[in-house]
Amino acid sequence: MFVRGLKRKCFDGEEDIEGTLAGIKAIPSYNLQRQSLLDMSLVKLQLCHMLVEPNLCRSVLIANTVRQIQEEMTQDGTWQMINTQSTGQASLDRLVSTDILCRSSREQAEGKHVPGYGTFSKDFESDQGQGSSETMSTTSSVQAPRNLQSNMWEMENPQENKGNFQKSLDQIFETLENKSPNSVEDLFSEVDNSYYDLDTMLTGMMSNTKMGHCDGLETFSSPANTASNSNCKSDLNELDHIVEILVES
Amino acid sequence: FLGAGGGNDIQWCFSQVKGAVDDDVAEADIISTVEFNHSGELLATGDKGGRVVIFQQEQENKTQSHSRGEYNVYSTFQSHEPEFDYLKSLEIEEKINKIRWLPQKNAAQFLLSTNDKTIKLWKISERDKRPEGYNLKEEDGRYRDPTTVTTLRVPVFRPMDLMVEASPRRIFANAHTYHINSISINSDYETYLSADDLRINLWHLEITDRSFNIVDIKPANMEELTEVITAAEFHPNSCSTFVYSSSKGTIRLCDMRASALCDRHSKLFEEPEDPSNRSFFSEIISSISDVKFSHSGRYMMTRDYLSVKIWDLNMENRPVETYQVHEYLRSKLCSLYENDCIFDKFECCWNGLDRQVEFLIVMTGSYNNFFRMFDRNTKRDITLEASRENNKPRTVLKPRKVCASGKRKKDEISVDSLDFNKKILHTAWHPKENIIAVATTNNLYIFQDKMN
Repeated sequence: MFVRGLKRKCFDGEEDIEGTLAGIKAIPSYNLQRQSLLDMSLVKLQLCHMLVEPNLCRSVLIANTVRQIQEEMTQDGTWQMINTQSTGQASLDRLVSTDILCRSSREQAEGKHVPGYGTFSKDFESDQGQGSSETMSTTSSVQAPRNLQSNMWEMENPQENKGNFQKSLDQIFETLENKSPNSVEDLFSEVDNSYYDLDTMLTGMMSNTKMGHCDGLETFSSPANTASNSNCKSDLNELDHIVEILVES
Repeated sequence: FLGAGGGNDIQWCFSQVKGAVDDDVAEADIISTVEFNHSGELLATGDKGGRVVIFQQEQENKTQSHSRGEYNVYSTFQSHEPEFDYLKSLEIEEKINKIRWLPQKNAAQFLLSTNDKTIKLWKISERDKRPEGYNLKEEDGRYRDPTTVTTLRVPVFRPMDLMVEASPRRIFANAHTYHINSISINSDYETYLSADDLRINLWHLEITDRSFNIVDIKPANMEELTEVITAAEFHPNSCSTFVYSSSKGTIRLCDMRASALCDRHSKLFEEPEDPSNRSFFSEIISSISDVKFSHSGRYMMTRDYLSVKIWDLNMENRPVETYQVHEYLRSKLCSLYENDCIFDKFECCWNGLDRQVEFLIVMTGSYNNFFRMFDRNTKRDITLEASRENNKPRTVLKPRKVCASGKRKKDEISVDSLDFNKKILHTAWHPKENIIAVATTNNLYIFQDKMN
């Protein structure tokens, strides 16, 4: 019950900020599910680049799925709307998203929980009454965070997001083609390097604690805060790991 | 169900299980391919650690006519080693993707085994005698001082314990930029094809420094890549015909006589999409993971994520039969996408005796260590489980049932209790007898029909 109240507050909060959202309030579940799928797909594409040669078939299938979602979102006009909405929540999502990014896909399959966030999305799904309860033994109970792309692709320019997105998708294929020591840098070239700077992370987090339009999400802010340090560290660890592999060769 | 009675129904019984008992699976022991040779006497498995293990069927004991010979280890060898690609700074996995046997021409056996990048031709030969009585060497191999030799003798062959040796006879390397998913030996027994994600090459078994590229679907601009090759096979009778399947659910049949580069297919097999079932996952689940010709060559079978389809080579616009392997997963596709199970590549196989029209069964694997068989004549199907709990020889396997929704009956398993880590991707059917080999993650199960 408590959790339900939380979600409604969340939606109300969004409405206050964006009046135009009233139009899509009628079918929030489909759009959010679709968004979640998009985020999950982008995470999968990113993760499969890290250390081993990606399975090309899998990458192509995921990329095609992403394109399909993008096309549909462009057609029904939700593309722009979703992205203007995202900047407000970007800060929290950025912190949570990082954790997902830094985990290996095996850890994800083993169902390690992001503190707080996992429960939120699981309840969200059952509340929406979408499909039967999915309690598969190997399913990770963590749903990909919303607007993950705000993390990797869209930095300061939400309006250019669409262009960046397409560019980034292309980058993925270039990377698949030319797997060289520089490729990892290429993939991240769009990423603001200060992202990996511990100071910037902490500063960014501090200045964005006023995401209060969603009071309900405050309960998630504390776990996210404590997670941010480890998020940074795992980012750095990931980079170290990559460098290690390169050096070892 | 199959096996529920009736003249031609097969009743499957557990025969043997090979592999470690513990639940903690060593990564290297994960079985990645299973293949009977042409006589069925030998059964080869490849694993993630790059090893090949060959089992040999015991000669039938005349006194024990109620069961066929057991399979015992015949030879084990390291086929591929892990490598490092220095240009790309990436590891090349030693996992054996496919094994294909050559027909036997002399006393030795030959097979092709491949990892992601390199194909090797292995010769497996027996040695059961050795020469003894050299003049210049002692029995232990040390050389004798020639001045001590006073008489001459002729060395003779004496019997010794059977030794099976595997030696690499050819190494076909450096022809694939992408990961090899298939190898297929031509009916001429002189050439074979190897297929990776974007290209198919034709080799001569004797020549390792050259191969001909016969299919290339790599776009000029990799950013335009939307489709990859997932499997390829030569026609069993026509040595210029082969097929390859794609990640978009299409199969193309090509004739090598038409042109050197078979970029234009002779036939394109594709089933139009069912609009009522359309979702974001439609393309992924349509991706074909395996394609196999029937022995006659008139039909081919394809496996996609949820179904097995039988195609008549004379009809391109739809399959002649479709069998649902685990339709109850359709509502779970989002979770299966999340945990990557939706990308699992299941194989399929024909029963060995499909030369007789009356007797046509296809088999494929599923999750929870279940595998499924479909009888094309009776349209009946059965679900069986490969588990050590059913390991009493000559006890008929009990059929399994998955409860998709609603009330679960006794002995049924609900979809949510299925173990998606226990997947049966590789199965094989003996070419002449009703013996099947089913690979779970790290165990190989052998089942045979209950002979009366």
